[in-house]
Amino acid sequence: MSATYTIPVGPVHVGLKEPVTAWLELDGERIVDAKVRPGAIHRGIEFMARERNPIQVIYLSERICGICSFSHVLCFIRAIEDLANLSVPIRAQYIRTLLLELERLHSHLLWSGVACYTIGFDSAFHLGMQMRERVMDVLELLSGNRVNYGVATFGGVRWDVTPELVKAARGMIRYYRREFGPFREIVMEDPVAQARMRNVGVLTRDDAVRYSATGPTARASGLRVDIRKSSPYEAYADIPVEPVVPQDYFGAARGDVLDRFAVRVLEVYQSLDILETVLDGLPEGPIVAEPNLNKVLASLKKADGTGWGIIEAPRGDNTHIVRLKGGDDNVSWWKVRAPTYANAVSWPLMFRGNELADAPLIINSIDPCISCMERMMVTDGRNAGVVTKADLLKRCRQKTFDMRANGFEGGAER
Amino acid sequence: MITRVLPQLLRQLCSRAVTNLFPSAHMPPSLTAVLSDPEVSPNPPVPVGKRFRGRLHYDRSKCIGCRLCVKVCPANATDYLAEEKKIVIHNDRCCFCAQCTEICPVKCLTMSETYMISSYARRENVVADSGPLPAAEPKA
Ligand code: SF4
Ligand code: SF4
Repeated sequence: MSATYTIPVGPVHVGLKEPVTAWLELDGERIVDAKVRPGAIHRGIEFMARERNPIQVIYLSERICGICSFSHVLCFIRAIEDLANLSVPIRAQYIRTLLLELERLHSHLLWSGVACYTIGFDSAFHLGMQMRERVMDVLELLSGNRVNYGVATFGGVRWDVTPELVKAARGMIRYYRREFGPFREIVMEDPVAQARMRNVGVLTRDDAVRYSATGPTARASGLRVDIRKSSPYEAYADIPVEPVVPQDYFGAARGDVLDRFAVRVLEVYQSLDILETVLDGLPEGPIVAEPNLNKVLASLKKADGTGWGIIEAPRGDNTHIVRLKGGDDNVSWWKVRAPTYANAVSWPLMFRGNELADAPLIINSIDPCISCMERMMVTDGRNAGVVTKADLLKRCRQKTFDMRANGFEGGAER
Repeated sequence: MITRVLPQLLRQLCSRAVTNLFPSAHMPPSLTAVLSDPEVSPNPPVPVGKRFRGRLHYDRSKCIGCRLCVKVCPANATDYLAEEKKIVIHNDRCCFCAQCTEICPVKCLTMSETYMISSYARRENVVADSGPLPAAEPKA
C-alpha cells in the first residue's frame, strides 16, 4: 500500500520565475497528480484599459508581457483595425512581420538558454544568452529600446527600416547561421542533456488536441498547427510558413521536453529564413496609413463594434478581442487570451509519472508566461462585489459604532 | 561534447570583455562615496542607440497648451495646468513611449538621451521647463 503526500511548489519559489502554485501529489519521488493554481499576479490591465483611449491602450498592451510584447501590441492593434476597417500599407505589414520574427528569435533563444539552466547545464545557458544579445542589438537599433519597442500603431508602424538596420539584420542572420549550429549540437547531442529531456513531461498528440495546446507545445506533440499557415496575417500572406513538427525531422513526435526543445531550435532556423525573405522583399511606400493621430483618434471614437486579432506568438496562439462603442473615447471591453493559458492546462498531464526533480523543467518546457496568462480572477461569490475605499472606511467606522452600542470586553472580542 | 565546447571556450578566452568594468577592484563600503572620490574615474556609459527614448525634454515657452499630449499619454504622466495653459511632466510615471512627442503640434516635447533618472527626491523628476532645445543634443 502506498500513501501519497502533497507538496506545494510556489507561489514564491526559487525554481520559479513568476508566481504560480503547483500542488504536487507525490508517491515517494514520483508525481502522481498535480493541480495548478494561478491567481497570484493578476494585474487588472483590462480594467485600466477601460479608462483609456485606444492609443493609450497600445502601450498598456505592450506591458502585458515583457518578452513577447510586440505580439500583444500587434494582436490588440489588429483587433482594432478589424473593427474599424483600417488598412495597413504593405511596407508596414512587412516591418511588422520583421518585428514578429525578431521577437520569436529572441524569445526562443532565451528559452533554450533558460531550459539549459534549469537542468544545470550552465555553460550552454551562458552561450545561449550571449547569442541572444545579437538580436537584442537589432531590436534596439530598430526601436531604440530592448524591451517594449513602441513600434506599432493603428494603420502601420512608427519607425521605418533604415539601410543601416537592414545591414545589421543581415549580419545578424549570418551570425546565427554560423553560431547557432554549435549551440544546438552542444545541447542536443549531449548524452546527459538528452537523458534529462527525453521522455520527460510527455504530452501525447491526443491529449494536446483534447486540452487545446497551442504553439510549440502542440507542434512538439506532432500537431501541424501554426496560425501563420492556417490563417496568414501581415506579410505571412506572401511568405509560406510550414509548421515545424518533430516527425518531419526525427521520424516520430514523442511530445516530450526534448521535442519541445527541438521544435524551438528548428523554429530559430525558420525565423532566420523568414527574416531573410522579409528583408529581400521589403516593398517601398508609406509606413503608416494615417500619420495624423488626431484623425485616427476621431475615427476610432466613431467606430463601433467588436474586433478580433489572432496571431502566432512565440508561445502559441494569442487572441485579443476588443469592443469599442461609437461616441465613446475609451475602450469598452477587451479580452486577452495569452498562449500560456491554453498550454498550462496540460501541465498536470505532463507531470504525471515524472520525478519531482523534473517538475521545474516541465513547468519551463511550455515556456510559461504567468503574468500574461492571468487575465481574470474568479471568486466563489460569497463576498461578491467590489469593496471600495469608501466602503472599507464605512465598515471600519461601523465597527466602532457597533462596539459602542453593544459593549465590548477589552477590545479583544471577535 | 568537449570537442564542441572547446572551440567556444578558446574563443571566449581571447575575446574582448564586452561589459563596462566596475570602477574599483573590490566592493567598496559605500558606492556613493566611491563615485564622488576624485581618484576613481568611472568608465563612461555605453552610448545609447539613435532612436533611444529617454527622459522628456519640455520647452515650456513653445507650448501652446493644446492638451493633446495629456490626451494620448498612456501613463497619465502629464498634468495640465489650467490657469497657465501649460503642462508639467512627471518623469517617474512616464513609460517612454514617445507618443506625446509625436502628437505635439509645435514639437516642444522631445525625448532626450538621459536615462539615469532615478533619484531620492521625487521633485527632481517633475519637469516644468527644460528650456529651449540645445542645438544638436536631443532628438525627436
Ligand atoms: S513619453 Fe509616453 S508616457 Fe511619457 S509623457 Fe509622453 S506620452 Fe506620456
Ligand atoms: S501637445 Fe505640445 S503644445 Fe500641446 S499641450 Fe502638450 S506640450 Fe503643449
